[in-house]
Amino acid sequence: MGSTNSTLSKIPNVEELMRETGFSPAHIVRLYDRFESLDKEKTGHLRPEDFGAINRLAMNPIGDRIIGAFFSSGQDTVDFHSFVRILAHFRPAENNRPRDPSLPEPVNSRISKLKFAFQLYDLDKDGKISRAELLQVLRSMMEMQVTEEQLESIADRTIQEADLDRDDAISFEEFRKVPLGDTLTLTQQRVASK
Amino acid sequence: MRGISHPTSGAVGEFFSKRLSMTMKLAVYFLTTGLTLLTLPCGSFTEVPSKPSGTVTVLPPVHPAGGPQAFPNAEKSDLPVFAMNYSRIQVPFEITLWVLLASFAKIGFHIYHKVTFWVPESCLLISIGLMVGAIMHAVHEEPPSVLSYNIFFLYILPPMVLDSGYFMPTRPFFENIGTVLWFAVVGTLWNSIGVGMSLYGVCQIGALEVQDINLQENLLFASIISAVDPVAVLNVFEDVSVNEQLYIVVFGESLFSDAVTVVLYNMFTFVAEMPVVETVDVFLGVAKFFVVGLGGLAFGLVFGFVASFTTRFTSNVREIEPLFIFMYSYLAYLVAELFNISSIMAIVTCALTMKYYVEENVTQRSCTTIRHVVKMLSSISETLIFFFLGVVTITTEHEWNWGYILFTLLFAFLWRGLGILVLTQIINPFRTIPFNFKDQFMLGYSGLRGAVTFALVFTLPDHIVRKKLFVTATICIILFTVFIQGISIRPLVEFINVRRTNRNLDTINVEVHSRLMEHAIAGIEDICGQWGHYYWKDKFMKFNNQILRKILIKDNQAESSIVALYKKLELQNAMEILDTVSEGTSTAPSVISLRKEKGPGKPKRKFVAADLRKMHDILSKNMYKIRQQTTEYTTKHSLPNDSHTKEILIRRHGTIRRSLRLRSFQSPTLSGGGYPSAPRSRIGQPSRSSSRVSLPLRRLDTLTEVSSSAGVDLVDERSGGRGRAGGRGKSRLNSSSSDSRVPAPPCHFDSSEVFHGNRDSMPEQEEPLSLSVTWAEEPSDHDDSSTQNPLLRRPRWNPVKPKNP
Repeated sequence: MGSTNSTLSKIPNVEELMRETGFSPAHIVRLYDRFESLDKEKTGHLRPEDFGAINRLAMNPIGDRIIGAFFSSGQDTVDFHSFVRILAHFRPAENNRPRDPSLPEPVNSRISKLKFAFQLYDLDKDGKISRAELLQVLRSMMEMQVTEEQLESIADRTIQEADLDRDDAISFEEFRKVPLGDTLTLTQQRVASK
Repeated sequence: MRGISHPTSGAVGEFFSKRLSMTMKLAVYFLTTGLTLLTLPCGSFTEVPSKPSGTVTVLPPVHPAGGPQAFPNAEKSDLPVFAMNYSRIQVPFEITLWVLLASFAKIGFHIYHKVTFWVPESCLLISIGLMVGAIMHAVHEEPPSVLSYNIFFLYILPPMVLDSGYFMPTRPFFENIGTVLWFAVVGTLWNSIGVGMSLYGVCQIGALEVQDINLQENLLFASIISAVDPVAVLNVFEDVSVNEQLYIVVFGESLFSDAVTVVLYNMFTFVAEMPVVETVDVFLGVAKFFVVGLGGLAFGLVFGFVASFTTRFTSNVREIEPLFIFMYSYLAYLVAELFNISSIMAIVTCALTMKYYVEENVTQRSCTTIRHVVKMLSSISETLIFFFLGVVTITTEHEWNWGYILFTLLFAFLWRGLGILVLTQIINPFRTIPFNFKDQFMLGYSGLRGAVTFALVFTLPDHIVRKKLFVTATICIILFTVFIQGISIRPLVEFINVRRTNRNLDTINVEVHSRLMEHAIAGIEDICGQWGHYYWKDKFMKFNNQILRKILIKDNQAESSIVALYKKLELQNAMEILDTVSEGTSTAPSVISLRKEKGPGKPKRKFVAADLRKMHDILSKNMYKIRQQTTEYTTKHSLPNDSHTKEILIRRHGTIRRSLRLRSFQSPTLSGGGYPSAPRSRIGQPSRSSSRVSLPLRRLDTLTEVSSSAGVDLVDERSGGRGRAGGRGKSRLNSSSSDSRVPAPPCHFDSSEVFHGNRDSMPEQEEPLSLSVTWAEEPSDHDDSSTQNPLLRRPRWNPVKPKNP
């Protein structure tokens, strides 16, 4: 499409971006349009409140954490490249091709998705999900009528099941071992079909 | 219907509450029976030939002695002191009683939850009607003949259709409009023509004695019974979390099949009178179909826009704002009737168009009023129809023809099933997510017939010879589908809907983490926005924003999602309450609990299987569902349930408030490494952030932050006395001791350090501050970098004025 090319040319380093993330040109263009529509003041950067304006995200129980994940590297704005890079985690994985172990881990592999999820829990970035952090997440995901004791017991149980080295926290290695296969593959398809 | 479960004090409380509900149930039933019995003697008056109303004279009649009387035979009737004139009020009185009776019945149903879970409301209503009919029949009564063609089409149908149109979830509808219309319109046509033809074929069989029904009449009958009313099924769909497309197809089908049916009905009634049908007439019929449909659409749009425009100026007459909505919709309906075009399409389109703009223009209270009244009116209409159905079933004389009726049932199902299969095959290639067999089965099975079918057949013109047969057959099919299909769909759906993972094998871990992932994916999807075939939607949204909104909405700001959302969910009132209530509560966060939270680990608990099962239960029942399912669903019998969304948003609001206030309390001596920069930025912040004074926000007061120095910053407990306010409040406080991230470049205090250095911090406190409503950002406010949640209203009695930077 003519418009695709013209939009692509507006984006700096677009080939490198495409190579790195694996998005097709059409996808990149769409993401760019979306980026621009979110960036209401046309600063070329997105700030947390731009994300906050997304209605449905506000209704997401962990919406704020997701937004935080975009800003995880400490900046307070997100430019298009970082935006795309993070979204690239959710491109469906091509599991069929055997991976060449010498190549770097693809951006959208299962591991990186899990890493993203881990980030949502682990806010203080110490590499572990502590009981308190787990409790917070649980709280935000549960309705109001669940009591504190129930939440705590659920959190305890969660840690018990996953915590292999008995440090009362879940590290990323332990998190990886949780059998989440179904959720990841099925839900990825939704993003792809859009 | 799940309220907050207050743990009653043990078994005693339960015993009493059970007792209470039993007595209430009994009371309700007595009341209903009483009312029923009341209608009977009143009804009996109608049978008596009209006498002059009974009079009770107090004085003996006085005859003037000897005076000539103008009419020698006339009695002189005296001034009645006490008189009864039933015939005058009979009709409204009986209708009112019926509606009241049905409403009592509804109360009665809901007392016993299991009933409404398994049995759809339409079943219950029909049952009540049947009972009343039985009673009436026993007393040899006739139901008042109120249901005539005009009354139905002019008074009873519009509210029902308005309700469907008004509460139509617009976004999924427009995204799936092709599919919806395909199934609804083409499906209904397919059904009518198919069933009509087959029945005509059956009529040729001599043995059934129905040879006198010609093709036109068969087609007419077939079109009547193709009107689908799958509302009862929608409840089940919602509970089973069926996918959105299926839901909206079923929802849209109920609406548009009514429209198509009515059009066909009118067409075929006209045609049925004609002795011969020629090919020209067929083509004319097709052409008329399109004219009627599109004409209705156009009319609806026009009226919708006019209504939106009117509401732009109604800020001074707020009490009658809802009136405009109703009058305009009704007007659209009537004008469409005037020109014989599809009035249902007109009113639906009007409602759809209006809703979007009107809900922005009109006050919140009017919004609520409109919604409630729409629901109420449609409930009345539907109740009346079903009631009538029940009564008529018993009281009229039926013409029973086994063959015809059985074939009708058979063909109805056959053609619907075939129709769904064929239509799905054709449309699946065009869909991103094709319908699988499970979906198709559910679609096919949701073909319940309902109120409109009955009303249409009942008001058939009398020149149709076999009208009674048609009525009987229709009642049969309605009763069959509503009762049998309606009751069996829930177990069937649960049976078919195999869960992806066997719950017993899932660990708690998996449940929690997978739900988190699902939320995350949903969030990412929302960030990515809607892609795909939305070229037209984007075009329309541009057009909308640039032109339409300016004309039709007053005080138009850039479309603001969050505020619109809050308003829509009527959260603003809740926020006000939250703000005012929290002013009175107590003080500084307990630093002690902060330390306790991080204390040494508790001794590890052992969890038994029973505990695990309980946990699974808690998780599955109480975890928030993914956003699609929380906001969009609506049913015919209740207003949309958005309590979950409200909870989430109120919680967010609470944490924002708390964190903002807390910042004022934080002292540099606060424990926890990594807060070095926090106090500084915190103290520096309030002054800066309070710069947003009195933005032109409709109906919200000055949004400023409660200034730190005011010293009235108080920690608010969770809104509205939730069960665990204490515990959660505290731990939330701990976590809210983190600073807020200031996103703007000028305020860039080691924000990275702050962000990383947050222990126990929830980004919820940080981000929401930045996530303030962007709508409020007029372009000129660009430099005002710090974030404000505009819903943090400064309480009116707070004397401290925010400082402007």
